[in-house]
Amino acid sequence: MLIKRAPMFKASEITDLKLYCNRREFMVGAAALALFPTVAAATSTPSGQPLKATRNPAFNNSDAATKFESATTYNNFYEFGVNKEDPARLAHTLRPRPWTVQVDGHVAKPKTYDVNDLLRLSPLEERVYALRCVEGWSMVIPWIGFPLASLLKRVEPTGQAKFVEFTTLLDPEQFPAQRKGLLNFSSLDWPYVEGLRLDEAMHPLTLLTVGMYGQVLPNQNGAPIRVVVPWKYGFKSAKSIVRIRLVSDQPKTAWEKAQPQEYGFYSNVNPMVDHPRWSQASERRIGEFLRRKTPMFNGYADQVGSLYAGMDLRKYF
Amino acid sequence: MSRRARILLKSVVWILCLLPLVVLGYRAATGDLGANPISFVTNWLGQWTFRLLLLTVALTPIRVLFGISWPISLRRLLGLFAFSYACLHFSIWILVDHFFNWDQMIADIVKRRYITVGMLALTLLVPLAVTSTNAMVRRLGGAAWRRLHRLVYVVGVLAALHFLWLAKKGRIDPYVYAAILSLLLGIRLWDAVRRALRKRRHEQAAKEPALA
Ligand code: HEM
Repeated sequence: MLIKRAPMFKASEITDLKLYCNRREFMVGAAALALFPTVAAATSTPSGQPLKATRNPAFNNSDAATKFESATTYNNFYEFGVNKEDPARLAHTLRPRPWTVQVDGHVAKPKTYDVNDLLRLSPLEERVYALRCVEGWSMVIPWIGFPLASLLKRVEPTGQAKFVEFTTLLDPEQFPAQRKGLLNFSSLDWPYVEGLRLDEAMHPLTLLTVGMYGQVLPNQNGAPIRVVVPWKYGFKSAKSIVRIRLVSDQPKTAWEKAQPQEYGFYSNVNPMVDHPRWSQASERRIGEFLRRKTPMFNGYADQVGSLYAGMDLRKYF
Repeated sequence: MSRRARILLKSVVWILCLLPLVVLGYRAATGDLGANPISFVTNWLGQWTFRLLLLTVALTPIRVLFGISWPISLRRLLGLFAFSYACLHFSIWILVDHFFNWDQMIADIVKRRYITVGMLALTLLVPLAVTSTNAMVRRLGGAAWRRLHRLVYVVGVLAALHFLWLAKKGRIDPYVYAAILSLLLGIRLWDAVRRALRKRRHEQAAKEPALA
C-alpha cells in the first residue's frame, strides 16, 4: 500500500546517491538505497530513505560493520513477536509518521516534540557502536543521531530529576504482539518501559537515534526514534519512543517486572557477571564463526567506568 | 502386515526422518540460515530431536487409545533417529558453538541447568540405543528390556526441562512440547493403573471362585 505523504525531507537534505555510494563501502546498504531513488522517496514511508549525517571520528569501531541485511532481519523487538524474524516480517504494521515524543516530568520546560522537529534539533552525526545482546550475540552498527543530552538540556531537568524513563508506543494495531493472545497470554507487560540514571542518560555516548547505515531508521530497528546505550545490553536501548520522562525514583523496567532475577536495572555489559542461565564471558559476533571474548562495558570501560566507581556490579547487575 | 508393506512403510519413515536434514542442507547451500547460522542449526536439530522423541513415545498411547498397533513396529527406527538427531545437536555444540573449548563446556554442563539436563537426556539415550537390537532384546529378556526402555520417559521429561529452561520468556513452544509429553505420559500411566487393577480383579476372581 502506498500512501501519499508530504516529503519528509527537503531535497537539500537528501544525500546525492552517487556521492553517497562513493563515500562508503557498505555495499548492502548502498544496494538498498539504490531501490529508493529520490523521486520515490517523496511518496514512500520514511524508512529506507537516505539520511545525511557527519561521521564522528571520535566514536568509531575498528571492527567491520555488521551486514545491513543481518542488522535488519535478526532483531529482538518483542512488540512484533518473540522470534528474531518477527520484527522484519511485521515491521510494515508500524507507522512511524506522524509521531510525537512527549518530554516531561521533573523538567522546567516540558514539551511534546514532533519527530520531524527532533530531527532538526541538533546536527545529526554517525557513530559506529558495538551492540551486545544479553543473549550472547553482538553486532557493529553505524547509527545516526545526536546525544540524548542535547534534548534533555533543552527541557532543563530540575533538581528532583534523578532518572530518565523511556516509554515505547502502546498500540496493538501497530504492534501485533501487544494484542492479548490465547488465555490472555502476553510476553511482557505493555507498554515497554526502560530507564537510565540521569548521569547515564546525559553521558555523551548515549545516542538519541533516528537512523542507521546512512538511512532513516527501519521500523524493525525502532523507528522513528530510539536510544542507543552501547555499554549496556541491547534491551536497555528503548525503541519507538513516545515518552521521555524525568523522574525521581528508579523506573520499574519491563524486563525487571517480568524477570527481576534475570534482568537488572543496570544491565551493563559485564563478562564477569553471568546471566543466571548462560555465561556472558563470550559472544558470537554476527557474521563470525568463533566466539569472541566480551569486554567490560562492551569495550566502553574507559568512557563509562567512572559512572559506577565503588558500586558492587554483582549486586547492581 | 505383509513383508512388502512393511518394507514400504519403513522406507517412507526413513525418507521422512531424513527430510529435516535435507531441508537443512538445502538451506545451508542456499545461504538461508539467517544472520546467526550456528544458532539456527542448533535449534533446528534440537527441535527435530524433541519431535522425533515425542513421536516415538506416542506410539504406545496410540495403541492404547485407538487399538492401532502397527506403528509400534516403527518405534525402534524412530527412536534411533531421535538419538541420531540428539547426537548431531550435541556435536554442533561441541564442534561449532564452543570449538573444543573444554573448560568452557565443562563449566556450562555444571553451571547451566539447561545444559545439565540436556546432557543427562543424551546420556540416558545411549543405553537405549545400544540395547535396541533384536539380539540385545533377547539377551536382556523381554521384561528387563521393557523396564530399561521406560527410561525414555525420563529422557522426555529431561528434554522438556531443557527446552523450558533455555527458552526466553514469551515463547510458547516449550510449553506446547511439555503439554504433549504430559498427555502421552498421562495416557501411559492411566493404562498402567487400569491394567494393574484388572490384573488384581482377575487374581481375586481366581482365588474366590466359589461365590456363585
Ligand atoms: C535428548 C536430548 C536433547 C533434546 C531433545 C534437545 C532439544 C532442544 C531444543 C528443543 C532446543 C531449542 C530449540 C529452539 O530454541 O528452537 C535446544 C536448544 C539447545 N540445546 Fe538441546 N536438546 C537435547 C540435548 C542437548 C545437549 C546434550 C546439549 C549440549 C550439551 C544441548 C544444547 C543445546 C543448546 C546449546 C541449545 C541452544 C540454546 C540457545 O539457543 O540458547 N542440547 N535443544
